[in-house]
Amino acid sequence: MAKKGDWVQIHNIVLPPEERSSALPEDTKVNPLEMWVKGYLTEDAEIGEVAEVITRTGRHTKGTVVKVNPYFEHNFGFFVPEVLEIGDQVRKITFGGED
Amino acid sequence: MDNSYDAIMARKNEIIKNAVGMDFEKFEKPGIGFDYEAMMEATGYTIDEIRRVQSLFSIGNTPLIELKNLTALARKCAPEGKGARIFIKDEASNPSGSFKARRACTSVYQAKKLGYKGVVTATSGNYGAAVACCAAMAGLKCIVVQECYDSHGVGQPEIIEKARKCEALGAEVVQLTVGPELFSTVLQLLEETGYFNASLYTPFGIAGVETLGYEIAEQFRQKIGKDPDVVVCTNAGGGNLTGTARGLRKAGCNAKVIAASVNLSGLHMASDNQFNKKSFTTGHTGFGVPYSVNPDHSDVPRSAARPLRYMDRYVTVTQGSVFYITECLASLEGLEKGPAGNTSLAGAFCLAQDMDQDQCIVVQETEYTGAGKHLNPQLSFARQNGIDIHFGDPKDEIPGKNIILPAHPSLIRVTDLDLDHMRKSRIKRAVGSHKDELTDEDIKFLIEETNTDEKFVRDAVASL
Repeated sequence: MAKKGDWVQIHNIVLPPEERSSALPEDTKVNPLEMWVKGYLTEDAEIGEVAEVITRTGRHTKGTVVKVNPYFEHNFGFFVPEVLEIGDQVRKITFGGED
Repeated sequence: MDNSYDAIMARKNEIIKNAVGMDFEKFEKPGIGFDYEAMMEATGYTIDEIRRVQSLFSIGNTPLIELKNLTALARKCAPEGKGARIFIKDEASNPSGSFKARRACTSVYQAKKLGYKGVVTATSGNYGAAVACCAAMAGLKCIVVQECYDSHGVGQPEIIEKARKCEALGAEVVQLTVGPELFSTVLQLLEETGYFNASLYTPFGIAGVETLGYEIAEQFRQKIGKDPDVVVCTNAGGGNLTGTARGLRKAGCNAKVIAASVNLSGLHMASDNQFNKKSFTTGHTGFGVPYSVNPDHSDVPRSAARPLRYMDRYVTVTQGSVFYITECLASLEGLEKGPAGNTSLAGAFCLAQDMDQDQCIVVQETEYTGAGKHLNPQLSFARQNGIDIHFGDPKDEIPGKNIILPAHPSLIRVTDLDLDHMRKSRIKRAVGSHKDELTDEDIKFLIEETNTDEKFVRDAVASL
């Protein structure tokens, strides 16, 4: 249960597949156009329920609650050994005397 | 109100007119053309006024840095006596972390002046952060609409980072799955909120970039005592190149202007499956080529970004080459920057090797870097998506299949796009079904649109 005033992410289907632009590749056309927005809940709601939020610009908008207290998880990725190799190589060529 | 896709699109012109405070109709001419310069002048700002406005936002006057070690590396790869001095304009030191601050500032300033309460912008790129940043300074509300996820809800790390930055600067971020209908969402938001459309493609935005070209000329004259020979611009929607080239001209600088894009040929930009198979979300041919030959398919009736008018040459580089040069910039120059902005650097590294050592080539931007928006997470994400990453010859790179990191820096090469072919495509687009009705005025417009001459245009029209 998410409480009134909680910061949540909501989800909407903007366009179902049949209402999408005709100029789309097939693999895109079979999917709906989806939208995610964040805001403060105006009433208590369960995850999966349609609820209203107030966004940071003060807009009132509705959608299915998908996350409470959403946060960013992007990072610097896994170790990529090639990156070190590039650095070593160009330092050697520039400063290390390779012709 | 009917908010179906078709109904919103049918209200497009009225919504845009209300949301830009500019009537684009008045620049239209009787035939196929419009008065581009009159549209640019309609901003009402001279370049000096724009510089003053940008200084109010602490934008501009970014450092011009000579990349001496990278130049030394290029000379090791170049024929004897070749290898121009490479410079970079450190645009990442603008408040929002990219040159886009220049572009956003004039729009936000105009929105504030006209009494709008907020701004809306459609972008997955640095421009969103730039608008959010300037809106924060101006005390305006800001909505950024992004194309961010594929149908499995997997987001491009580079775009997610920009969402984070926009939110950090106080904006509301609306995230969508893949598809060009993003535009109708923007129109709906403009209608709902009554905010200003801080489009990337208005005259305000492009006029804001002119200061970048102007500064390059000024700084060169002060520091080096002469003008640069070549300026390389990363090209996507065309505004970066257009604004920079116009600024160079306003400063009386005749440097050659070369466009550079990451080669993503073969990938469809509206494809759900391919959305996360690419490692660059901007600065690539998927935007660069169509926006050059058809600039008016943006979110304003007439785009102020018209790069074919200004580019002397258009080259592509590979994804692997741009990642490689990004690491070179960190390892050799101590400058850790975002990869997309280094597209023009990869181009310049190669182009410098065909130039004499006393010549100067300028890379006119850098962009900020951070989680998700950095070569390590972008390569890591590519590998997770089944992209084969290995050292080899970049010419064997196939976008969406592999990323080939150059086995040696001498393998970083540019590939020329056929500019005349693109000019002819531009003419074909502009002429449409009016081939037999063209007036001298139309021909003049096409000459300007393509930066060519009457013979070129008349021959191209005849061959349609």
